[in-house]
Formats: sequence, structure tokens, C-alpha cells
Amino acid sequence: MIELDNVAYSYGGGELFSSVSMSLSPGSFHFLTGPSGAGKTTLLKLCYGELLPTAGQARLFGVDARSMGRDDVALIRRRIGVVHQDCQFLDHLTLTENVALPLSTTGKDVAAEMDNLRDLLGWVGLSQQAGQFPPELSGGERQRAALARAIIMSPDVILADEPTGNVDWDMSQRLLTLLIELNKMGKTILIATHDLNLIRTAKSQVSSRVLRLKDRRLWAAGADL
Amino acid sequence: MRPSQVISDIVQTFRMDPNGDRVVPPTGFTARLTLFSSAAMAFLAVFAMALSLATGRLADRWSDELARTSTLRISVPEGQMQAQTTAALRILETTEGIAEARALTSEDQKALLAPWFGPDLAVETLPIPQLIEIVETDDGYDAENLRLRLAAEVPGAVLDDHTRWRKPLAQAAARLRGLAFVSMVLIALTTGAMITLAANAALSANTQVIRVLRLVGAQDNFIARAFIRRFTLRGLFGAAIGTVAGILAVALLPKADTAGGFLTGLGLQGWHWLWPFVIPPLAAIVAFVATRLAAYRTLKERS
Repeated sequence: MIELDNVAYSYGGGELFSSVSMSLSPGSFHFLTGPSGAGKTTLLKLCYGELLPTAGQARLFGVDARSMGRDDVALIRRRIGVVHQDCQFLDHLTLTENVALPLSTTGKDVAAEMDNLRDLLGWVGLSQQAGQFPPELSGGERQRAALARAIIMSPDVILADEPTGNVDWDMSQRLLTLLIELNKMGKTILIATHDLNLIRTAKSQVSSRVLRLKDRRLWAAGADL
Repeated sequence: MRPSQVISDIVQTFRMDPNGDRVVPPTGFTARLTLFSSAAMAFLAVFAMALSLATGRLADRWSDELARTSTLRISVPEGQMQAQTTAALRILETTEGIAEARALTSEDQKALLAPWFGPDLAVETLPIPQLIEIVETDDGYDAENLRLRLAAEVPGAVLDDHTRWRKPLAQAAARLRGLAFVSMVLIALTTGAMITLAANAALSANTQVIRVLRLVGAQDNFIARAFIRRFTLRGLFGAAIGTVAGILAVALLPKADTAGGFLTGLGLQGWHWLWPFVIPPLAAIVAFVATRLAAYRTLKERS
């Protein structure tokens, strides 16, 4: 689904990482870990076409990212749900409108999707907050709303960048449970996190692969976690 | 840019789309700037239009009045004046295309000279020529043929068919019309420039909105249309306000028939009152083009 082949990324004259290869196969569950500044977020951005590799090839659903125009990337992103650490909401829209944003941008009738929207908000535990605006939500609520928005289009892949970065342990567990449920529904999951406890907890519940970005290279993490 | 995409943008601009409308924050100084500049420019455009139409009307009237009359001037020694005048009137009466020919009396000539010499001028003591006023039929007469006949029978007569008055008037009218047209083009360009500035400011202020929309899979045309629709409708609404205000201001100008001066004839008349109503749609077209160019350029730069 998403393949990075011998990819490198440089900016400002420095190389962030190089010779990175990985493949996200359908239904797989991956963690991407590594120290701060190692390039986890950048690697995720390569996976959804936000950035292009400076060397190597990034293939998104079989298509070389370099050959894509802006609108092609937009179409690809409808198949990839992204959860950012800072959530990236439009503050003038309600929670429901934010979650429905991917539907609006594709011309779907949001009113006709209200039942699905309500179900989705119930699934992430935000039914009561449906009419609130993003600044009125707590960190955990925002993360769950971002997850709801990421999956509203029923994407094949979900990329989460430090989804538990701003929430307490209980909320981290709740979010992880939601992501594991999605994986069991057949979704491909890649979570970038520096939270090793989260990874250890997840490994007891789901078959997952852990990748570590360190010293400008991507390594498969072993039992040292 | 594909024509189909332009057509699609036009259709989407005027289609009610509550979801698309909501993605761009509704308030901000750009909204007020767009409304104000559109209203102000539409107000000025109404006046430029009124000036253009009134100038044309005035020039047509002057030209028409001068075109239907001519003057025959007879400059001969006093002793021959009566005979030459009679001969000239006889020729004019038998000339096809002349409806009426009348020798001005000394009172008429005195009235003509009064603005320069005052009302007490003794016309009889001055060696002034005899003037004959000629009124033409709708078909007019053959001026060259008449000149030849007069040269043969009334050698002291000079025919003035007002061509030398009409020509500069027609030129002046054409130039005033041209200036009014240039004014309207400048107004349209200024409106476009103001809306482009406002759209650019709005696009810059909404960088986060664009980033989020792209993150969730919005294509450029969806993002661009959200801005195009907003600025086009603001341009249309602002221009409608300015046009109505302009029409009211023109309507409140003094009536031409009460004061009789040049400036008082600058209003609109008859079906010309309909012309200002083309200004709001034109402003909307200008806003659409300006915002569209700004939006797609910005989205391309930020890819």
C-alpha cells in the first residue's frame, strides 16, 4: 500500500535520514519510534505525500509520489487517514463539522451522513461534545476527534503522529484500543511515537512491527523495547 | 486552465453549498475591504456612466440643432444690401432642402450682439453684415450647389453650414465619451486590484485552513472555490449597494430643465436608468476573475 524504497530526506543542507526502506502491507500494524528530531514526522509526511523524498522512491498505492500532481495527492489522502499530534482543526467549525470535513471536501451530502457521523462520534466517545468547538475540547477529546475525522472516509491506512503525546495514560490506552479495533477491521496502522510503554502495551494486544529511526537509518526494533 | 474547470467554478460559485461556504472563516477585515471597495467603485462607476451618457446626449443635441440650421452672411456696401438680401432669399426659397429662410431684423441682430456690446447698441450705425437664418428640411440641402449659385448671383454672400462648429463638438463629445469609458475601465481594474489584494490577504490569513483542507484530501478547486464564491458574492453585494447609492445620488442632482446649465444635465434619462444595473454583475465578474487568479496562484505556490 505504502512503500518507501531506499528513501532519503535532506533539508537545510543536512541529511535527516537515508537508505530508508519500508512497506506497509494491508492490515499490518506498525510502530515508528526513535528519539526526538530523528525524523519520525518527516517519514510520516513522506507516507502521505506531504513531502517528497530527496532520494529514493515513495510509492503510495503503487504510484510514485513524484509523478503525482497536487490533485492526485489529494485523492490519495482520501485513502489515508492522518492523525496529527496537534490535531489540525478548523476552530470556527464545530466538532461535528470538523469530523465531517473530508465528506464536505469530496462533495458528499453531509446531512445524509449524519447517522454515520453520530455513530462515529459515539464510537470515539464524543457524542456529548458534538456541538462544541475545538478550543473547548480537552487534549484527549481533540485526539479522538482527529481519529474520527481520519476514519470518516473509511481509509485503507491510518497514520498517527504522536497521537498520545498530549494525553494522560488512561486516554492513551483508550486511543490505542480504538486504533487496535480499527486494525482488526482490516485497516493498516502506522503510529509514530516515542512512548515505549504504549508500544509494549500494544504488543500484548496486537501483532505489530516496531521500526526505530535512529542515526539517520531505519531499524527493525527487537526485544530491547 | 481548462475551460471546463472555469465553467465548473462559475457554476459552483453561485450554487448554494453550505458545507463549502463554512470552511473559510466568515469574518475579517478582508470582508469589509471587499464590500467597501466594491461599493465605492460601483458608486463612482454610476457617475462615470452618467457622465458618459449625458455627454453623448448633450453633444447629440448640440450637433443636431446646429446641423438643422445654417447662416447666410451678406457683406456688401450699404446701398446694395437690400437688393442682395432679396436676391439671396429668392435663391434660398427655391432651393430644395430648405424649409425656411428668414432675414434677421435689426432687433434680432441687436439681441445677438447684446452679450458683447450691451442692450443699448445702435446697430444701425455699425457696418454689420445682414444675416439670414436658414432652417433645413430633414433631408437637408446641397451646400456646394447652393454656394455656387450664391457666388453667381449674390457675390457678397457667405454660407456657413455650421460644419466648423459641429466638428469640434463631435470631437469633444467623442473624447469625453472615451474618457468616461477609460474611467470605467480604470474603476474595473482598481476594483480587481483591491479584490486581489483582499483575496491574497485572506488566503495568507487562512494558511492553516488551506493546510487542514489539504490534509483531509481537498483538491485545489474545492479550496479555491470556497474563496472565489465568498469574494464574488461580496463583490456583487458591495457593488449593488454602491450602485443603488449612486443611482440615488444621480437622481438627486438638480433637474436640467430647472437650472438650464451644462452641469445640471448630467443625470440619467429614460431607459438610460437601466444601464447602472449592469454594474453589480460586472463587479461580480471582476471579483470572480481576480479571486480565481489569486487563489489558484497561491495554492500553486504553497504546494
